[in-house]
Amino acid sequence: MPLYHNDDQAMLKDSVAPFVAEQAPVSHLRTLRDTADETGFSRELWGQFVEMGLPGMLVPEDHGGLGMGHMEAGIVLEEIGRNLTPSPFLATSVGAVAALAKAGGTQASRWLPAIAGGEAIVALAIDEGPKHRPDRVATTATRSGNGFRLDGKKDFVLHGHVADMSIVSARTDGGITLFAVPKNAKGLTADPRRLVDSSLASHVTFDGVEVDADAVIGEVDAGEEVLNALLAATRTGAAAEMVGVGQGAMDMTITYLKERKQFGKLIGEFQGLQHRAAHLYGEMEVARATVMKAQQLLDEGSEGAKLMVSVAKAKAGRAANLAVREGVQMHGGIGMTDEYDIGLYMKRDRALAEFMGDVHYHTDQVARMNGY
Amino acid sequence: MSDLDAFRAEVRAWLEANCPAEMREPVRDEDDICWGGRKFQFKSEAQKLWLERCAEKGYTVPDWPKPYGGAGLSAEETKILKQEMKRIGARSPLDSFGIWMLGPALLKFGTEEQKVHYLNQIARGEIRWCQGYSEPGAGSDLVSLQTFGEDKGDHWVVNGSKIWTSYADKADWIFCLVRTDKANKYQGITFMLFDMESEGVSTKPILLISGNSPFCETFFDDVKVPKDQFVGEVNRGWDVAKYLLGHEREMISGGGAGGDMVSVGALFAKSLGRNDHGELDDPILRAEMAAFDTDVFAYRAMGERFMDMWKTGRAHPASSNMMKYVGTELNKRRHELVMAGGGSDALEWDSEESRGGARARSWLRTKANSIEGGTSEVMLNVIAKRILELPGA
Repeated sequence: MPLYHNDDQAMLKDSVAPFVAEQAPVSHLRTLRDTADETGFSRELWGQFVEMGLPGMLVPEDHGGLGMGHMEAGIVLEEIGRNLTPSPFLATSVGAVAALAKAGGTQASRWLPAIAGGEAIVALAIDEGPKHRPDRVATTATRSGNGFRLDGKKDFVLHGHVADMSIVSARTDGGITLFAVPKNAKGLTADPRRLVDSSLASHVTFDGVEVDADAVIGEVDAGEEVLNALLAATRTGAAAEMVGVGQGAMDMTITYLKERKQFGKLIGEFQGLQHRAAHLYGEMEVARATVMKAQQLLDEGSEGAKLMVSVAKAKAGRAANLAVREGVQMHGGIGMTDEYDIGLYMKRDRALAEFMGDVHYHTDQVARMNGY
Repeated sequence: MSDLDAFRAEVRAWLEANCPAEMREPVRDEDDICWGGRKFQFKSEAQKLWLERCAEKGYTVPDWPKPYGGAGLSAEETKILKQEMKRIGARSPLDSFGIWMLGPALLKFGTEEQKVHYLNQIARGEIRWCQGYSEPGAGSDLVSLQTFGEDKGDHWVVNGSKIWTSYADKADWIFCLVRTDKANKYQGITFMLFDMESEGVSTKPILLISGNSPFCETFFDDVKVPKDQFVGEVNRGWDVAKYLLGHEREMISGGGAGGDMVSVGALFAKSLGRNDHGELDDPILRAEMAAFDTDVFAYRAMGERFMDMWKTGRAHPASSNMMKYVGTELNKRRHELVMAGGGSDALEWDSEESRGGARARSWLRTKANSIEGGTSEVMLNVIAKRILELPGA
C-alpha cells in the first residue's frame, strides 16, 4: 500500500475538512471556554458527527459501524487538531473502540453499537499519576460475589465526568484486567479539572465499586493485549491530532510571515525566518509520514506497528511542539495575546503531548524495543 | 498478487543460484564497492562475476527498459528484487554515478541513439562517470559557472576548470556543464558528455580532512568536444542539470535512512556496557541515541512516502530538497553519535583494528553531506521559496 491517501481516503478528507472547519473552528473552542462549559464538548456538534457517521468509523460493520481503519480515523483527527475542536472522538471512537473490538464478547456487543449510534461517550481510565505509566497499576479488582470490587484512583481521564462508561485497568490476582464501568456505578466519583487547553479531565476515584463478572473486557488477568490495542490506537490517534495541531499552527505562521511588515519589508523575506520555517516544514512532513506509517501498520495488523506507534507519538510530539513554539515566537508580541489563536495551539499541543505518553516516554520505548 | 508472488519466487531462486557467497558479506571498506569502468580493478573474481551476472539479467538497473540494459521491471517488481537482495545481504553489484545521476537524465532527455549507446554501457559498468558541475567560483551558485565551450562548427573547444569532481581521477567520461552563451545566464549552459582521456583534460585529487581524496580539481585546456555529445538542447543544459540534481539529492539523502542500518544505540551496547536494568550505561548518551533512532525510523517512513508520491507524480518538485536537507543533517548526527559511542576506539586513525580509522574518516566525510549537492542553507532557501512560497528574492 502506498503511503499516501487513496481516492476514497482523499474523498473522506474532502468532506471532513470543510465540515470541521465550518462547524467547529477555533472560535467554537473559545465559546466553550468563555462560557465555562461544564461538559467539555458540544453535544450538538457531536450530533453532527453522528450524522456524518464519524463516531462509528472504526466500529466493525457487524456492530453497526463503518469498519474503517486508523488511516481514516486519522483524517478526522487531523482536522480536529487543525481546528482545536473539543470532542470525545479520540477517547471514544478510537481508543475505546479499539479495545472493545479487540476483546469482543458481551461488552463489545453492548457498547460498540451505542458508540456508533452516538449514544455512548467512553472515557479511558488508564493513568494513575501525573505521568503516563500504563504498566504501573495500583487500582485493584477483587472477586466479590458474582463480580468484582474496584478500589483505586485514576488520573487524566478525559471526559471522565460525563462518560457513559469508563474503561478501567485494574490489577487482578494473575495480571491486569480491563473493566467496563458504567456511569452511575456506586462508589465512582469523577472530579473534573479544567486543563491548560480548556479541556476537562477528571481525577476518578473507585471506592468499592461493584461490577458484574461480565463487566470484564476480554479475559480476566489477560487484559494486557486489549490494553495494548487501546494504547496503540489512542497514541496513534493523538499523534494524528498533533499533526493537525502542528499543521494548523504552521499554516497560521506562514500566512503571518507573508503579511506582517517590519523595517519596511515582509518579515517572510528575512532569511533567518525563512530557514526556520523551512526546517519546521521538513519536521512536519517527517512527522506526517511517520503517523501515516503507524496507521498503515496498525491497519495491516503488522508486528512492526508497536515500534512505529511510539516513533509516531514521539516524532509528532517533537514536530508539533516545534510548530507551536515557532508559531508564538514568529508572531512576536501578538502571539502572546489571548485574543490571537496561536497561543491556543500551544496549549492544545502541550495537553496532547502528555496524553498517552510524552516524547520522552516513547523515545525510551524506542530504545527498549531496540534492545538498549 | 499471485504474479508478484511468482516473481518473488523466481528472483529468490535466481539470487540463490547466482549471488556468490562472498558477495553476501557486509561491505567493509571502499575496495568492496564495485564502481566498474575501464580502469577498475576487481577486488575478487566473485565481485566480477556478480557484476556480470547482474548486468546480463538487467539487474544493475532493474527498472530501466530492456533495450537500454535494464530488466524492464515495474516499480513493484523492483521493490521485490531489492527486498530479496537485502534479505540475503547481497552487495550492490554496481555503484555508479551513471546509474544514479546520468542515467535518469538520459532516460528523460537523451535521443534514442544516446540511450541505446550510453545506457547499455552504464548498465554493464563499462564506463565510469564523473560529474563536472562545481567550479571554484560556482558552487552553490551554480549558474555563475565560467567554463566555456567555443563553437567551432562541428565541435566545441572547452576551456576552464571544475572542482569537487568526485572520483575524476578514476572516471572514464565526464558529464559536464559548459557555458555556451555568455550573454544568457540560465539559458546559456550546455550539458556535455566527453571522454576524460581527451587531449587537454587533466585532473588532480584534493586531500580532505578525512585523509582521503574522493574529490578532484579538473582542468580543461582546449578540449575538443564533438557537437553531438550533448544532452537535451544546446544552451538548455540547466533543465537537465536540475533534473539530475533531484536524483543526486535523493541519493545523498538516502545516507540518513541508510537501508539496512541497525539502530545506533544497539551498536554500542558493548562499548558502553549496560546498567542493572539492561540499559546503556550512559543515560544521557542513551537518550540522545534513542532520540536519533526515533528520527531515523521516522525519516525512513518519510522516504517511503516520498518515493510513493514521487513515482505517481504527487510529490512537490522541491520535496527532494527537503529530503536532502533532513537526510544529510540526520546522517551527520549519526556519525557524531558513532564517535561518542565508540570512545577512544573511534579516534584511532590507521590501526588495523579500526580498519584504517574507518569510523573517524567516515565521520569527517559526512561533514560534506550538507555541502555537496547544494548546501543545507540552499535547500532551506528552496523550500522557503518554492514550497512555502515565502516572499523575496
